[in-house]
Amino acid sequence: MLGPHQSSFVMYDEEFKRITAVIEKLLRESNSKVIFLVDKNGQLIAGCGETEHLDTTSLASLTAGNIAATGGLAKLIGEKEFSILFHEGEKDNIHISIVGQRVILVVIFDQRSSLGLVRLRVKKASDELGAIFDQLSKKAEEAEQGGHADSPFAEITDDDIDNLFS
Amino acid sequence: MSFINYASREINCKIVYYGPGLCGKTTNLQFVYQKTAPEAKGKMISLATETERTLFFDFLPLALGEIRGFKTRFHLYTVPGQVFYDASRKLILKGVDGVVFVADSQEERFDANIESLENLKVNLEEQGYELEKLPFVIQYNKRDLPNVSSVEELNELLNPWGVPEFEACATTGEGVFETLKAVAKQILLELKKGAGGR
Repeated sequence: MLGPHQSSFVMYDEEFKRITAVIEKLLRESNSKVIFLVDKNGQLIAGCGETEHLDTTSLASLTAGNIAATGGLAKLIGEKEFSILFHEGEKDNIHISIVGQRVILVVIFDQRSSLGLVRLRVKKASDELGAIFDQLSKKAEEAEQGGHADSPFAEITDDDIDNLFS
Repeated sequence: MSFINYASREINCKIVYYGPGLCGKTTNLQFVYQKTAPEAKGKMISLATETERTLFFDFLPLALGEIRGFKTRFHLYTVPGQVFYDASRKLILKGVDGVVFVADSQEERFDANIESLENLKVNLEEQGYELEKLPFVIQYNKRDLPNVSSVEELNELLNPWGVPEFEACATTGEGVFETLKAVAKQILLELKKGAGGR
């Protein structure tokens, strides 16, 4: 799904619903405030919880930057990656983990939860998410081989593109 | 790598502004930010030092409009230009869909431009990309200054491929949107090719 030779990362309705269901369950079971999923390039994939007052686009980009930077650090000391990051604040804390080496799961929580509970629930949810992303990856590969018959971009015209900038 | 989301009907692409230190990458993004309607842009994030040199990256999300019912968003990033931040530059190139190389037109920065362009090629190759195959445009910035090299000279050394090139003055905004449009257009045409369109 996220290899350099694949031109794009595709999300379909069906998988999106399943992913959202998993993170909503995680939100309840871990007593957390906000959960979101980001790809390693900084694109927001899904989110749930109290997201309305949050700049999720910026959060996604900075999270990916954070994971990239710590990944660089890991390599320098001979580690493959640091799969969990934890930031503790006065009120809110952020738990960041890598799911299936390709997407980033971010959990924001306060005193109503605890690091132990979040870690425990994240572990279970990660397995479920990993399976969905595996499936998504297969589906995207098949679609790519089949030439993306239903892609909205196969038929775009120069006019469509020029209109974006008018 | 673009992200096509059929669930939210969105397409997201990543554009990276590359170039030597102080060539005006951040200034490009600042101008785009100032001139874009509030509903079409997100917050601009600059991870910079106390002296306003880019430390990690600048980030600006733009929503351009719809194509075939899909919201088209571009995420603009700059890299830190200073030579010793190479590790950070490599990270920002991950998943890139298109590159803008901002060259500093001043004569004394000629070598710095060449060094930075070479560095771009090397860093892209490390990630499995080839510059020649990516949507790519060049901007010759600071054309308003007195001591600039001619466009012919710059082209000869920096643009052997003949990719689209733009003269610019990022502080006044001249050439900034032309550059952005050109790279965005190439990215969308690339998506069309990937989707089997001709």
